[in-house]
Amino acid sequence: MSPALATIVKLLSIIALMLTNGVFMIYLLRKVLGHLHIRLGPMHVGPHGLLQTMNDVIKLLTKEDLTPRIADKALFYLAPMIVFVPSFMAYLALPFSDTLKATSLETGLLFTFAALSVVPIGILLAGWSSGNKWGLLGGMRSAAMQIAYEVPLLLSVLPIVMISGTADLGGIVDAQAGTWLAVVPRWFITNPLLWPTFIIFVISSLIEANQTPFDMSEGESELVGGFGTDYSAMKFGLVYLSEFSNTFVISALGVTLFFGGWLVPWLPMSWYDAVPVLAPTVFILKTYLGIVLMWWIRGTYPRVRIDQLMDLGWKRLIPAALVMIVLTGVVDKLIVPLFTGAVS
Amino acid sequence: MSTTLPAVAFYLLAFAALYGAISMMSTRNVVHATVWLLEVMLATAGLYLVLDAEFLALVQVLVYAGAVAVLTLFTVMLTLRRREDAVRPFPTAWGSLAIAALFTGAMLLAIRGFCPVGVEMPAIAPGIEEFGRELFTTWMVPFEVASLVLLVALVGAVWWTGGDDR
Repeated sequence: MSPALATIVKLLSIIALMLTNGVFMIYLLRKVLGHLHIRLGPMHVGPHGLLQTMNDVIKLLTKEDLTPRIADKALFYLAPMIVFVPSFMAYLALPFSDTLKATSLETGLLFTFAALSVVPIGILLAGWSSGNKWGLLGGMRSAAMQIAYEVPLLLSVLPIVMISGTADLGGIVDAQAGTWLAVVPRWFITNPLLWPTFIIFVISSLIEANQTPFDMSEGESELVGGFGTDYSAMKFGLVYLSEFSNTFVISALGVTLFFGGWLVPWLPMSWYDAVPVLAPTVFILKTYLGIVLMWWIRGTYPRVRIDQLMDLGWKRLIPAALVMIVLTGVVDKLIVPLFTGAVS
Repeated sequence: MSTTLPAVAFYLLAFAALYGAISMMSTRNVVHATVWLLEVMLATAGLYLVLDAEFLALVQVLVYAGAVAVLTLFTVMLTLRRREDAVRPFPTAWGSLAIAALFTGAMLLAIRGFCPVGVEMPAIAPGIEEFGRELFTTWMVPFEVASLVLLVALVGAVWWTGGDDR
């Protein structure tokens, strides 16, 4: 296969994955939240409401596409694309297995964060261009939150880069192969040094993925619908598809960084070559487990207030993340070599 | 790989950057101007990618597009009372053209004095490992000075906005 053709096939399969994820995650979200709230969720269309989302997609595609009279037309059309394209690009560096990934970047981790960091601009523009105060307030909140929490999120993954010695997501997974004392898998989550880092990562990533308890950008009780209030039909669809896909990407990142990516504990490496679908399946299953955990939090806790959120980010998480970087550096490069005698 | 593909990419990106810059200065709407600025930043990141400077391109996107552009938009939107205020009170195109010409002249002189035009590209672009080692050994002091300058700017900004006491 020629390189150009391979690239096109890769891009198309990522789009397919993104759309499938979107459709499936909406159903899953309704079911998970439904059961957490002790109700059933969608039940009527298809077995257990399985086809409900398909109906919703058709509805979104055929609905009238409204544009408010006072909207800034150009930006109103541009904003959903600015939201959608980066979240599509964020898939490119994810390693689904040793060989199955769109690109193998030395800076894969940074690439994913760089792509996700463009999303708030689109949200802010969406809020502003629709020309209503709820939209603007939602967009402002969302952008302020996501800028603030990008800093601890980036800082919180640095200890992992320091320990594994690479920022390539595939390399980070490779660094987690094997076991400690032949029992505990060497996933980074089993390293006590990284536990505080993991907590910082979870909090900041919930905010990056715009999940309750941190979804102030669309707080329907005070902001109607936030930045998406005036969007309808497929523009609305794009904005929310991107939100779901960001949730997937963030969860996939968490799996890659802390839970060994596509690795199964105690399984010899030859198995992955023998069964090529094993690694991607494991990766996607782990990612969905992470997503369900995020939604468990979402269904359990009420929203926090925006000023409390800002305090938490700037005054607690950023200093904590900085301390963890210094601590990891000292432990990993000074103390561990003292015991093992190895100079890394 | 032949040189055609990078050349095409270069011309497209250069056109995008220049067109974005011109549109930014000529549009009367300040929010649109910020969006054009964002486009210029992204096109510049693309130019870095053409030069194989992967890390620099990503940092450009992360810092300039992801943070600076959002902050600019934020400031613009916070200072607007009404949406009609988003219009520049006076045209800036000619003034900015003059400044751009002056700046280009100065940069051209500086770059010509610094190294001969047409330096050969290295066969393999250095990765982040070499980059980091270089940054934290040879360029350690300038790096720390730069971060101090940023810290001073930060403290200044906090002082400027005034705490509860001032």
